[in-house]
Amino acid sequence: MKLYDALLRLFPKSFRLEYAEEMRRIFARRLQEAEGNAQRLSLWVATLFDVIPNAVMVHWDILRQDLRFTARSLGRAPGFTITAILVAALGVGATTAAFSVTDHVLFRSLPFSQPDRLVRLWQNQNGYGHTELSPANYRDWKRMSRSFEDMGAFGSQAVNLGGDGEPQRLEGVWVTSEVLNLLGVGPVLGRAFASQDDGPGAPDTVVLSYGLWQGRFGGDERVLGRKVFLDGAPHTVVGVMPPTFRFPNRDTQIWISKRFKDEDFEERDNNYVYGIARLKKSVSAAAARSEMSVVTAQLERAFPNENANTGATVDRLRDGLSAEARLLPLALLGAAACVLLIACTNLTNLLLARAMVRRKELAVRAALGAGRERLVRQLLTESLLLAAAGGGLGVLIAASAVPLLARLVPNALPIAETPPMDLRLLVFALVLTAATGIAFGVLPAVRACGAAFVNGLQEGSRAGVGGRREGARSGLVVAEVTASVVLLVCCGLLLRALWRVQTVDPGFRTAGVLTLRTALPLPRYGPTANRVQFYNRVLSDVRALPGVSSAAYVTGLPMVTRGQIWGVAVPGEEQDPGALPPAASRFVTPGFFATLGIPLVSGRDISESDTREAPFVAVVSESLAKRHWPGQDPIGRRFRFGPAAERTVVGVVGHVRVRGLERNSEPQVYLSYQQVADNSIIGYTPKDLVIRAAGQPLDLMPSLRAIIQKADPQQPISDVRLLDDIVLGETAPRRVQVRVLAAFAAVAFLLAAVGLHGVLSYAVTSRTQEIGVRMALGAGSKDILSLILRDTLRMATIGLGLGLGFAYAAGRGMQNLLAGLSAADLPTYAVAGGLAAVMTLLGSLLPALRAVRVDPTTVMRME
Amino acid sequence: MTAQPPDPTPFLPLPLASFHILVAVAEEGRHGYAIIQDVETRTGGALRLSAGTLYRSIQRMLEDGLIEEMRERPAPELDDERRRYYRITGLGSAAVRAEARRLTELVKFARAAGLAPENAS
Repeated sequence: MKLYDALLRLFPKSFRLEYAEEMRRIFARRLQEAEGNAQRLSLWVATLFDVIPNAVMVHWDILRQDLRFTARSLGRAPGFTITAILVAALGVGATTAAFSVTDHVLFRSLPFSQPDRLVRLWQNQNGYGHTELSPANYRDWKRMSRSFEDMGAFGSQAVNLGGDGEPQRLEGVWVTSEVLNLLGVGPVLGRAFASQDDGPGAPDTVVLSYGLWQGRFGGDERVLGRKVFLDGAPHTVVGVMPPTFRFPNRDTQIWISKRFKDEDFEERDNNYVYGIARLKKSVSAAAARSEMSVVTAQLERAFPNENANTGATVDRLRDGLSAEARLLPLALLGAAACVLLIACTNLTNLLLARAMVRRKELAVRAALGAGRERLVRQLLTESLLLAAAGGGLGVLIAASAVPLLARLVPNALPIAETPPMDLRLLVFALVLTAATGIAFGVLPAVRACGAAFVNGLQEGSRAGVGGRREGARSGLVVAEVTASVVLLVCCGLLLRALWRVQTVDPGFRTAGVLTLRTALPLPRYGPTANRVQFYNRVLSDVRALPGVSSAAYVTGLPMVTRGQIWGVAVPGEEQDPGALPPAASRFVTPGFFATLGIPLVSGRDISESDTREAPFVAVVSESLAKRHWPGQDPIGRRFRFGPAAERTVVGVVGHVRVRGLERNSEPQVYLSYQQVADNSIIGYTPKDLVIRAAGQPLDLMPSLRAIIQKADPQQPISDVRLLDDIVLGETAPRRVQVRVLAAFAAVAFLLAAVGLHGVLSYAVTSRTQEIGVRMALGAGSKDILSLILRDTLRMATIGLGLGLGFAYAAGRGMQNLLAGLSAADLPTYAVAGGLAAVMTLLGSLLPALRAVRVDPTTVMRME
Repeated sequence: MTAQPPDPTPFLPLPLASFHILVAVAEEGRHGYAIIQDVETRTGGALRLSAGTLYRSIQRMLEDGLIEEMRERPAPELDDERRRYYRITGLGSAAVRAEARRLTELVKFARAAGLAPENAS
């Protein structure tokens, strides 16, 4: 019988109360009638098939009834219904959108086969953190380690694509033949690289990205086997990767097979190789790490100079994100959680108020025999229905917001820019919606039903207005104020950080400067004389264009090219030859400083007479002069820098933030574009054209294209940008962050104000009698106002205090995003506190006015 | 003012269990187990209602107003006071009649098409 009782628990309680006793009796009689085990067994089986489907049907009957009832009762209160749905939609929408980004960036597995086994390999040297590998170390690691199924190397290689059609600059990556294979994603067309591509004398091969194949080759399958010209050298197309394949980041358009030559292995301290590997099935990343430490120790013994203190870092591919990049999606999710909390709080308040209004209806139903469980169930159905409608709308909001959040997805990962809106996300939204519905429904439902049973039918009673209930509602208000203060402060901190970064002087004037890139390919432009000829033809034509005040070529633009760092050796200084003080090197044509508006402090610019035959010269930044010759005239000083000769300082210019607005930059050394050896590699050969012009510099583009076409018809143009946009790009992620967080904060602010208003309105309504009596007894408007506002002020103060505390904790958590701003930035807290006060005032204004306008005689008559 | 005759159309077709329960409580008020026994006798043992189906149907029919719980109890010697007794309502009678009519119509159609039941001509 116990088993049968347990089965009966599948029925709703209301049903059990009515019928369980009789069902037990019928079952007991049947059990008596059954003879033998076979009959008894078949009775049990039949009972199972009776109870389970019928229990489901009874639940379904009740649900249908409740839904019908709820729809009718919500239809009668459209204002309440619409408000509740909108509030739920905002909460669910914001959280779903934020989760989509967080999930995409931090949690979803990468789109490769068994991505958990993919690791990145780095050299790590004392004091330098992660660096790339040298080819020789890569080769030895691969040969000596046993933890990996396979290991490959890659590096970025931007190339000029020639051949048919207009020349095009491509974001390319060179890879060894292992790389594409070990990622475990096959091509849609042709093949990936194989070991024969690495063999001596094999033709150079490339694999195209889907985008390049579609865009440049029209999706033609005959592209396989075709020759394309990269920097003038023929390469055979062997395959096309699928559209979802991105490696190492989403900008990559072409993969070029790489073959190391013997001389590549000679310099063990020339680090430019990125390592990637697939762990063997049974090997963990930790085990691989300890094996690699043995390997690197052996190599250190073999090459004590080059490999001194050189270890290996083995990081899961998924974890290749900086701390800041990880922090942002989490901050976003936190902000969304605040909005959701406020939304739920508001909904709870709304439902509490509504339950109070309906307490008589509920009391009548209770008196007519509806059990508490039935009533709670009914009210929960209502909140779930509201949540479901809100959730549906919320998913639509999220779907439209996700593309806006896409700019928060860092490029460093091999994933799509826009987070996918798929089943996984819909399930999240569904669970969130259900949780929301229950979270905001339970308290009002339980409270309301309690009231219905205790004192609902007492005519005129103010059931539910008492210490405990008020306490709960005050708690909700405190939560709202707290959450919105946290959001306001965080948003304020990010905004202040943005302003701080924006006011940083980059060291050059950006307005009216256009830049574009013409990367001259080897071997045609190997001889320096060929390059000089090209620059001079282009520059003289450009300078002759109307509106152009100056133009120049440089090896790398500030904030775009951040590297090219060499050591500065100054005769007479005590220096460790292994660790010379660094400086950023730039080869420039005359006129570079004028074009970028970098002030010439003393001496002269690089000039056309600074040829390879003339003494080698350098123009240095003030910061460099100060570092090496403090308090002295640097002009005429000599130092060694980079390859080749000693250089003499001929000019001093202002310091430029080459590494960007938010990082410290090395001092700069500018060298003559002519004082470069033949066949020098990138870094020695100017490629960026900068032009200062009046009016709209972009209007010059047709003329510029013609000029470059005339100088070299094979030469592509890429990276056409305004210098303004480059500097603006420095703060672009920050601006997106601020905008997104501001949107969240604004929604939270609005919701919290509405919530406060609702609570106070209710408080005033439920205390109308009390107010009337007080006024009749001689209380003035001031007394009434203080009666109403005192509570508000108390709640707001508590909320503010808690909010500021939590905000400080949150601010500390996102210190990395604050550009050096203190998490305890007083002005931010003051403004956020002020705004919270304004919000409280706005929310309480109307209810307070209504309280003052209560007419004592009317109230007394109502009694 | 005369009451409108109740309209049973929304309840048609009646589920089989409901039909039999209505027939069982049509002539006199019965409790649950009596209904099961009555149905079993009437159908010659072909239909034995399970407890779950019975009470789920009863609950639904109560809510729909097809049957009602009796306030007055049977004669004391027949009464089992722990039990609830149900009887048919006006709406219930109308529903069972309408269902019978519907089934008769169906039989008529079948017969007209030459598909008369085998043991009835």
